[in-house]
Amino acid sequence: MNINATLIGQSIAFLFFVWFCMKFVWPPITGAMAERKKKIAEGLEAAERGMQSQELAQEKVQLQLTEAKQQASEIINQAQKRANEIVEEAKGTAVQEGERIKTAAHSDIEKEINKAKEQLRSQVSALAVAGAERVLNKEINADAHKAVLDELAAQI
Amino acid sequence: MASEELTASGYIKHHLTNLTYGQHADGHWGFAHSAAEASEMGFWAIHVDTMFWSILLGGLLMFIFSRAAKSATAGTPNGLVNFAEWVIDFVDDNVKSTFHGNTPIVAPMVLTIFIWVLAMNLMDLVPVDWIPHLATMFGIHFMKVVPTTDPNATMGMSLTVFFLVLFYSIKVKGIGGFVGELTLQPFSAKFPFSIILLPINLFLEGVALLAKPVSLGLRLFGNLYAGEMIFILIALMYGGGIIAATSGGLLQLAWAIFHILVVVLQAFIFMVLTIVYLNMAHEHH
Repeated sequence: MNINATLIGQSIAFLFFVWFCMKFVWPPITGAMAERKKKIAEGLEAAERGMQSQELAQEKVQLQLTEAKQQASEIINQAQKRANEIVEEAKGTAVQEGERIKTAAHSDIEKEINKAKEQLRSQVSALAVAGAERVLNKEINADAHKAVLDELAAQI
Repeated sequence: MASEELTASGYIKHHLTNLTYGQHADGHWGFAHSAAEASEMGFWAIHVDTMFWSILLGGLLMFIFSRAAKSATAGTPNGLVNFAEWVIDFVDDNVKSTFHGNTPIVAPMVLTIFIWVLAMNLMDLVPVDWIPHLATMFGIHFMKVVPTTDPNATMGMSLTVFFLVLFYSIKVKGIGGFVGELTLQPFSAKFPFSIILLPINLFLEGVALLAKPVSLGLRLFGNLYAGEMIFILIALMYGGGIIAATSGGLLQLAWAIFHILVVVLQAFIFMVLTIVYLNMAHEHH
């Protein structure tokens, strides 16, 4: 329990350990701790940013989805309208076509009737001539009486 | 010397004597063979056991912590690094809450003080006879294994802290500021009267200043010395028959458990007071 040179020795040892600690222990460990703190803070910040961007993306998706839905319904509407138009058009064309066919048939029938009438006239005139021949028992000059016969036929 | 160990007082004395190397009265250098011889050696003698154990423990701690420092990364810390970081975080918190200056030596020094004093104090929990007995088997007669029960160790640290306090006081406040702090308070007056108050102030402040290192070192020494003494007294009971030995064992266990508190607390107090004193050196009053 004497105070002696150990005092100096202990002081030197103490200072050496302080120096060692200051040089080789304290800076690397506190440095690593600070760096880790920074990394964690950065990570949290990045996570926050990611969440924000995700939210933004979701909003964008929602917007695009509604837009797309709108566009789709517009297209459907247009298509339906176009289909209706086409049907209407087809109907019109069909009616016109029918009308045309009907007219053509009518004119055909008219023509046939006229042809038949013409034939009939000519036959009637022939028959009339033959009848008159029989009646008169005499040969009539067809050429001489043609005007009379034609008049007769027109009257029929 | 053999007869010294047979009596109770001899046993105690033997346990309280350091292994001292110095110059004998007849002029030759060597180890002291008794407490009286050791004290005769005067100032130029050295306690080899105190030096050995303190440097061994300090070296071990520095080795462990520097290994942790080498593998410390910003990634996930492993066991050793985790422990080192926990200790450093604890010290750093204490320094930051008390010390407001910007001196890079303070935190590492406080860390060194805390772990080193704690390690030296913990040697107190090793049963008092184990290592001295082992040393005796190797022919070493005196062996005190707790360096903090040697006032040289505690005062060595506290005086180093004291010189740092003086250094930073003068560095921060200048010689004039430091001297002013010692002479112009606690009693202050207008100019002609302040001359009269000067010596009174110097005496009061001088005592307060010198009390810091003395109390810092002696507090640690006193607590650990008393704890060691009680372990030695308990150890004496082992020689007193089966009942005394059994109760001695129980007492030793109880005191060791209680002593853990003292061991940690004294290391902590030394650390905190060092921070406080160094902070006072950096602050203007």
